[in-house]
Amino acid sequence: MSRLKGWKEIPIGGLILEAGNAEEYQTGTWRTYRPVWDEGKCIHCLFCWIYCPDSAIIVEGGKMKGIDLKHCKGCGICDQECPPKVKAIEMVLESKLQSEKGE
Amino acid sequence: MGKIVALTGNDAAGTAMIQIRPDVVAAFPITPQTELMHKFAEAVADGDVDTEFVSVESEHSAMSAAIGASAAGARVMTATAANGFALMWEVVYIAASYRLPIVMTLVNRALSGPINIHCDHSDSMGGRDAGWIQLHSENSQEVYDNLIQGVKIAENRDVLLPVMVTSDGFILSHTLERMEILDNQGVQDFVGENHPQHTLLDVDHPITFGPLDLPDYYFEHKRQQVLAMEKAKGVILEVGREFKKLSGRDYWLFEEYQMEGAERAIVALGSTAGTVKETVDALREKGEKVGLIKLRVFRPFPKEELVEALKGIKALVVLDRSNSFGGFGGPLFTEIRSTLYGSGLSFEVLNYIYGLGGRNISLKEIEGVYSDLKEVIETSKVKERINYLGVRE
Ligand code: SF4
Ligand code: SF4
Repeated sequence: MSRLKGWKEIPIGGLILEAGNAEEYQTGTWRTYRPVWDEGKCIHCLFCWIYCPDSAIIVEGGKMKGIDLKHCKGCGICDQECPPKVKAIEMVLESKLQSEKGE
Repeated sequence: MGKIVALTGNDAAGTAMIQIRPDVVAAFPITPQTELMHKFAEAVADGDVDTEFVSVESEHSAMSAAIGASAAGARVMTATAANGFALMWEVVYIAASYRLPIVMTLVNRALSGPINIHCDHSDSMGGRDAGWIQLHSENSQEVYDNLIQGVKIAENRDVLLPVMVTSDGFILSHTLERMEILDNQGVQDFVGENHPQHTLLDVDHPITFGPLDLPDYYFEHKRQQVLAMEKAKGVILEVGREFKKLSGRDYWLFEEYQMEGAERAIVALGSTAGTVKETVDALREKGEKVGLIKLRVFRPFPKEELVEALKGIKALVVLDRSNSFGGFGGPLFTEIRSTLYGSGLSFEVLNYIYGLGGRNISLKEIEGVYSDLKEVIETSKVKERINYLGVRE
């Protein structure tokens, strides 16, 4: 986590002076479950992109490219909305993934 | 040059607003403030001022509209009293937290219940911790002068806090007094134009007002408000000096009245200071060493300056026109006594709570307070620390 600023370093009154800076706030750390995407199964219908409340589905050239894990909060909506016949997204416990990776 | 006129406190405040010509005024009527807005709304209707007047359905909405307009970059004023102020409560804090320089007249009136429309300070003291600067007024002249100075204090870049100017309900608001009003141009030049640094309407620099402020940053924003209050003290004095050039009248954090060589002193807020001055004059003629500190600026509280002014006295009474039930005396008393503790000064400090719900305070009663102080000095004993002046047994 980046260093939090002191009271002399921030704008007064809770003002946010740069538009669109919510991107800097990395909500990925809130996640309990991580969506794991199987590229091989994906049919690029982009339902997940439409429904993701955090704009965390990365799309390039009209194709699903992956998940922005710095911002994905792990709500599982993409998993829910991915067509049942496809099931290209699986929610896996973050702690399990991290211990497997030795994180 | 100024003009000598006879005005009520409400008309004095209304006149100040007409001369300041704020961009936006949002208000709701409540006794004893109603005539103030009546006067101002009339000027708007007659086309004498080009203010956008927003008549709202409640005081909560009045302050909310004031906040919106101020965030949009407008110079905004409003006025209220007692329960109207209480209804604003939630947004009163927000105005200060967003650092919006709104200026409001608070016509002091007792908070219900039982329902009462007369003067006491329970309303302004209720807003004590809201983060607003508080300028208290002894008479209509001071209501008028404080409002004009208030705009400049609030908008100062080092301050950016809302300012509340008090006016004792009925005692000032509905009483005709001789006073001087400045000419329109003089007031306009004094307050100048409002050039806020960040506004919602500045589309080239889009910003966000009022986002969620969680445990990671809220405390830092509160610390900034402390600094703004500290800086306000110097700004209030600076604006006072500038105002003197325009009006010839002196403004300070508090007025020291006959404090030279005083052994017994009273600290008071508002119109009662005038009554105390009369008593002081009468007692001084008899050779009694009595004096008065009339506090003008209650927020920011002038602690160091008060300690300096109280050096040399032998006993002190703090008059409170409100109470903190279950606390140790009225709000002014607790603050003054806390200021003195550890200051190196050691004399007895007594509290007299008076005038609740508009109960009159007489010269005789104030004389009695000074003679009680004499007894405290002579006997080195305090019979009652917290006293209720003028209540029937
Ligand atoms: S889990 Fe939720 S936040 Fe994360 S990518 Fe899926 S829909 Fe978006
Ligand atoms: S909803 Fe499923 S199939 Fe459709 S784009 Fe997203 S991951 Fe691929």
